[in-house]
Amino acid sequence: MAQRITRDEVVHVARLACLTLTEEEVDRFTQQLGAILLHAADIESLDVIGVEPTAHPLPLCNVMRADVVERSLNPDAVLAQAPEVRDGQFLVPPVLGDQP
Amino acid sequence: MSPPTEPKLPAGWDLVVGLEVHVELDTATKLFCGCINRFGAEPNTNVCPTCLGLPGSLPVINERAVELAMILGRALGCQVNRSVMARKNYFYPDMPKDFQTTQYDQPTNSDGQLVLPDGFVVGIERAHIEEDTGKSVHVGRSGRINQAVYSLIDYNRAGVPLVEIVSKPDIRTIDQARNFVDELRAILVVTGVSDARMEEGSLRIDANVSVRPEGLAELRTRCEIKNINSLRSLGRAIAYEANRQIDLYEDGSAPQQQTRHWDENTSRTTPGRSKEDADDYRYFQEPDLVPLVPSPATIAAIDETMPQLPVARRAALVAATGADSVAARILVERAQDALALEAVAAGAEPNKVLKRLVNDLAVDDWSNLDATALAELIKMESAGALSASQAKQVLADLVESGGTPQTYVKRRGFEVVDTSELKSLLEQLVGDNPSEWKRFCAGDQVERKKMQGFFTGQIMKATRGKADGKMVAELLNNAALVG
Ligand SMILES: [Zn+2]
Repeated sequence: MAQRITRDEVVHVARLACLTLTEEEVDRFTQQLGAILLHAADIESLDVIGVEPTAHPLPLCNVMRADVVERSLNPDAVLAQAPEVRDGQFLVPPVLGDQP
Repeated sequence: MSPPTEPKLPAGWDLVVGLEVHVELDTATKLFCGCINRFGAEPNTNVCPTCLGLPGSLPVINERAVELAMILGRALGCQVNRSVMARKNYFYPDMPKDFQTTQYDQPTNSDGQLVLPDGFVVGIERAHIEEDTGKSVHVGRSGRINQAVYSLIDYNRAGVPLVEIVSKPDIRTIDQARNFVDELRAILVVTGVSDARMEEGSLRIDANVSVRPEGLAELRTRCEIKNINSLRSLGRAIAYEANRQIDLYEDGSAPQQQTRHWDENTSRTTPGRSKEDADDYRYFQEPDLVPLVPSPATIAAIDETMPQLPVARRAALVAATGADSVAARILVERAQDALALEAVAAGAEPNKVLKRLVNDLAVDDWSNLDATALAELIKMESAGALSASQAKQVLADLVESGGTPQTYVKRRGFEVVDTSELKSLLEQLVGDNPSEWKRFCAGDQVERKKMQGFFTGQIMKATRGKADGKMVAELLNNAALVG
């Protein structure tokens, strides 16, 4: 059976998730993720041509709410949860990069 | 609106641009929660467990946001599809959930087009619904992200409904890029989808720029330019980036596919993160939201209630008033075209109506001014009963307080003094000042001029400046001939 995921792919995904892995962990996760993907690959043995992909387990659509204002939280209570606050805003460490 | 010097590309190269325009929808609340959607509130006052991504909270989509997105889609001639929301995963603190809810492979709108005022057609790839992210301010040296010491986050904007309009790479000139944004903005405003204010960030542009040797059909490596915050920067950023790429090719090198930031202060683009592959966002269907399936009846109802679009409104204004394209664009953008049409229909001179509105009605609120009053005002101006500057003042009065022009003409003392009134006034002055009159009639050039000034001054004083200067001069000279 061909390998389902390579070591390099595991390192790449770890980087995207901002995880630092040891060499030993990369080996272990490559093996574990491979086993999970192998399990998921069972679906490939089924003929699903013409079957619409499932968007949701329940047969529902168009569940919407009216555009009506509801109460927001008290900002003091919100900011009290933050490790650091300045000028009514969350203070976070500098990040490299930008929003999508 | 164009800058004085148009940025130019070197000969031998073609420009290829696609635009991605993010537009905040004009709803009362956010996309997935009942927090207020409003610009300029105190930081972190419009937040709740859902838009803060707190555990256990669940999103429910705002039906008005979906409706506005479909209205925009139909205005752009798109197909409106069954759509599914997706998670775009990434790790920046502007989205506390660590993902942005958007649409990926099944967007609400696809395959439309935008026709520029000159008839050039730009394809629309898609116009999908997504939520806005929070606003981060990077504090530190120069405020630039890669030199920040820390960042401050305001989540009021997190979860505000957006539509992202993605054009095909059909744009070939900087003017077309600007016209695309201008026309899109006009459509957004007339349809009520968004106020489209670039200065408040409710319309934001990213530009995908590449170049290729003239005449080739291939698409070369593109760079995505972010942080463009005005139409002026859009043109400058595209020109800078295109020239940068051309220089690379001419040096035997090639651009890298990447995101670059426009820096307004230095007028350059600088590299951001390398363009991550779409896979790197690990999109998957949002399990907390169900598909949106618009019925044919819903789409038909949107089409039936679609307001007249800017292109049709400009054409109607041009046909009825002979407006030039600039005036038509300005008046439709300000939604003053109906006013102009009504005033002209009421018999006012089209040229004067257009001129008055374009030059003197650049105000936010002109709801006090009705077309009948405007028509009367313009008729008075055309008949010479009001000078241009007087008409302008009366127009300002009408905008301020409404009513009819006659009220303000009287209040400001703009009634014209007619010839017979002036004649009897002059007779009286001649009788009271016989020696001055003699000097006027018989004096030399200098003397005559001096006395003309004297009599004109007296008449103006008696009429409190209301007499027409030209009419007075004529009257004086005619009277002098008679003696
Ligand atoms: Zn909220």
